[in-house]
Amino acid sequence: MAGSTITEKILARAAGKQRLYPNDVVFTKVDKVMMHDVSGPGVIKVFGEWEKKGVKLERIWDPDRVWVTEDHFVPASDRVSAENVNMLSNFTRKFGINKHFKYGLGQYGICHTLSHEEAMVLPGELYVGGDSHTNTTGAMGAFAAGLGHTDIAYVLMNGEIWFKVPETLLFKIEGNKPPHIMAKDIILQIIGDIGTDGANYKAMQFSGTAVKNLTMEERLTLTNMTTEAGAKNGIIEADETTFAYLRERTDAKYAPVVSDHDAEYSEVFTYEIEKLEPTVAKPFSPGNITAARDLQTTELDKAYIGSCTGAKLEDLREAAKILKGKKVKIRTEVLPAAQSIYMKAIKEGLITIFMEAGAVVGPPTCGACCGAHMGVLGKGEICISTTNRNFPGRMGHIESQTYLASPMVVAASALTGKITDPRDVTN
Amino acid sequence: MGRVHKYDRDNIDTDVIIPGPYLKIHDHKELAKHAMEGIDPTFPEKVSQGDFLVTGSNFGCGSSREHAPIALAQVGIKAIIAPSFARIFYRNAVDGGYLLPIEIDEQTVKKISDKDELKIELAQNRIINITKNDQYPIKPFPELIAKIVDAGGLMNYRP
Repeated sequence: MAGSTITEKILARAAGKQRLYPNDVVFTKVDKVMMHDVSGPGVIKVFGEWEKKGVKLERIWDPDRVWVTEDHFVPASDRVSAENVNMLSNFTRKFGINKHFKYGLGQYGICHTLSHEEAMVLPGELYVGGDSHTNTTGAMGAFAAGLGHTDIAYVLMNGEIWFKVPETLLFKIEGNKPPHIMAKDIILQIIGDIGTDGANYKAMQFSGTAVKNLTMEERLTLTNMTTEAGAKNGIIEADETTFAYLRERTDAKYAPVVSDHDAEYSEVFTYEIEKLEPTVAKPFSPGNITAARDLQTTELDKAYIGSCTGAKLEDLREAAKILKGKKVKIRTEVLPAAQSIYMKAIKEGLITIFMEAGAVVGPPTCGACCGAHMGVLGKGEICISTTNRNFPGRMGHIESQTYLASPMVVAASALTGKITDPRDVTN
Repeated sequence: MGRVHKYDRDNIDTDVIIPGPYLKIHDHKELAKHAMEGIDPTFPEKVSQGDFLVTGSNFGCGSSREHAPIALAQVGIKAIIAPSFARIFYRNAVDGGYLLPIEIDEQTVKKISDKDELKIELAQNRIINITKNDQYPIKPFPELIAKIVDAGGLMNYRP
């Protein structure tokens, strides 16, 4: 009998079962749960409805396993969003949730960035979050999946949730990474190949020599965009890279899990990283890919370097290398994904490079990525972005357009005003 | 019994079902005013209580915003009939008890026209097309999902 995948093993442990198989439906215990200023108010509304029915909710399941972020509508875009954030604070105070990362009060940032930057989730854990890109954190060797606010409310009350065990697609990325290729190029190529529902209900696991050699932050870009292929979770086995990253951030103990050597995958895909090109997803789908060089005549209005996908420290470093000593030709915004990353970028001189190039540097927020506030696109505007989605109207007006690309491609394009392969801007 | 609103395309995403700026809103009636705004701003006026949305595959892809099934249910949509759903949309629809995600095969989608009158018979796993005097099989819910649907959502479900 074949062995189990890392996803099956984590789910089985959390369900208290010896073994689980794809398509089994089980309730599992949850190790960590996250909500933010969009899913949180929804959770609070569900709690309110129960209280109206006369159910007294004085405690939640385990306040120490819950963490909360303010990221979508900070800085507050208007009175409604300001009140949503206040509502979150009242909730976390009432239920004794101490891990609440507040805007303007020390460390804060995008939830998926804090999940690794603050080591909120550890290898082998089962983690759920009230946001679709919760998949990101699977790069730490955890099972990480996004849920809606009713499910998060259920977890807060009961400490468990149901899952259908996914089959696993294995992506082996082999070879030595060329200097102009980033993890974003890999995942865009994969989504282009399998389609935006190519992994619906499934797990996407990444391995191979190229993944082994990726840094922690780059691995997180791979898992982040598994959501765009419809995946339930993206996952990478923890290794020395993961352990070293965590040693700098936590003393917490954990029990890493890896796939059995004879684990069964429903499909295996192999990529040679040397053969990949700097890749761009055209409007209006993350699966609508082509090489950056095919789009050299595409004129742009804006370059955006931000979000959980593309504003981690290494994303900023790569963009800064290209922008150093040069001037941007189009409106360019850089929003580091967390306060801690912003601080590191200042200390490394990256922020000076961006500002000398003419870019605006702003506070961490999801605002522009989801077209909510803080730099939305006007009618007909065309943006190249390090973010993860480009559906109609995603970053602003329904007739605006977004091209998705790596921080290198976005930085190179900011310099020329057209979509540009990083190899084509000389240093 | 309800009428069909057919949007024959795949990958209808949560950004067009309920665009990002409305994520700060948690009043269900207010959200309903913007249901499907990115595809058809007249949608809320067209729909009556108990109507059906018939669409292509991977409906609801994108974000985890529960605002999407809430807005659709609040305007009156009782069930969405499609070849497949994005996973979070599917579980939000069921666990929140808002509306039914009904899976049928792609050929069946072609047989249903805009404005057809339908009836869903869950116990028999079938859709009756009253207008066309036809019936179609639906993919049965897995056991647990069926129980959550019967309970009216996850919060009312007791294992």
